[in-house]
Amino acid sequence: MKMDHIDRALIAETQAGLPLVAEPYAAVAEALGMPEDQVMARLRSLKARGIMRRIAIAPNHYKLGMTANGMTVWDVRDADVAELGARIGALGFVSHCYERPRALPDWPYNLFAMVHGDTRDEVEAKRAEIATLLGAACRASDVLYSKRILKKTGLRLAKGK
Amino acid sequence: MTLDATDRLLLNELQAGFPIAASPFAVVGDALGLTEDDVIARIARMREAGYVTRFGPFYDAAAMGGGLCLCAMEVPADAFDAVLTKVNALPEVAHNYERTHRLNMWFVLATETEDGITEAQARIEAETGLPVLLFPKLQEFFIGFRVAA
Repeated sequence: MKMDHIDRALIAETQAGLPLVAEPYAAVAEALGMPEDQVMARLRSLKARGIMRRIAIAPNHYKLGMTANGMTVWDVRDADVAELGARIGALGFVSHCYERPRALPDWPYNLFAMVHGDTRDEVEAKRAEIATLLGAACRASDVLYSKRILKKTGLRLAKGK
Repeated sequence: MTLDATDRLLLNELQAGFPIAASPFAVVGDALGLTEDDVIARIARMREAGYVTRFGPFYDAAAMGGGLCLCAMEVPADAFDAVLTKVNALPEVAHNYERTHRLNMWFVLATETEDGITEAQARIEAETGLPVLLFPKLQEFFIGFRVAA
């Protein structure tokens, strides 16, 4: 999907966040020198085109006390991964769930589900729930805990491109 | 600060989405029985206290014509810091986590073009002498995360 220079300017202006003022889209419009209704129409268009996923808040799991962050990984039969992945993704405690390619022989897992908890025991209990749900369609699994955040920057789009 | 029940409600509601309207905080407030000013003040407080990492539009790098890919490396312990410095030096590396596994370094590459992923992979492999495994998403199953309200 093509983007024009107005889309790019709007993305560059808002990718770090929206201003916390009563009329945030008017504030963005003023910064860009375009009408407010055009900013709102563009944002709707970016969403309709799949370029913008949503406007939302991103919580800090660590600050919320959920310091155990487990990337659970599963080797699920290919024929079942679409149906089971959708069910795992719908679980309230799973923040992200993806099918990814295996990297054999190093890596047999094709389903990734991120699970957060206050403790590793809590993450293990949730992992057991996922295992029950997957049943015989799952041949092997593992969990990788995050030990340290080594870098965290958002998506960066160069201004003026 | 600690979060009260209203903060948690807001946090959950706003993870799902935020309206595109002239006075969007008033729209959110109406739905939750809060004033516009209270909604803005609570978000500002949670952001300042670090409970909120971002508030705004989430853009999809792949849909913008760019590349996005989860990558993993097996980094020997005695080389970890040196490799980390080289990997993190790339602006395309958006997130990087140390994880408990033989594959102990997991990072996300976000590039302006799709080809940028394999170019960044080749550069990291050349600079570190270590293989970089690519795990692009094939399908996404995402509903969203909820804090206990």
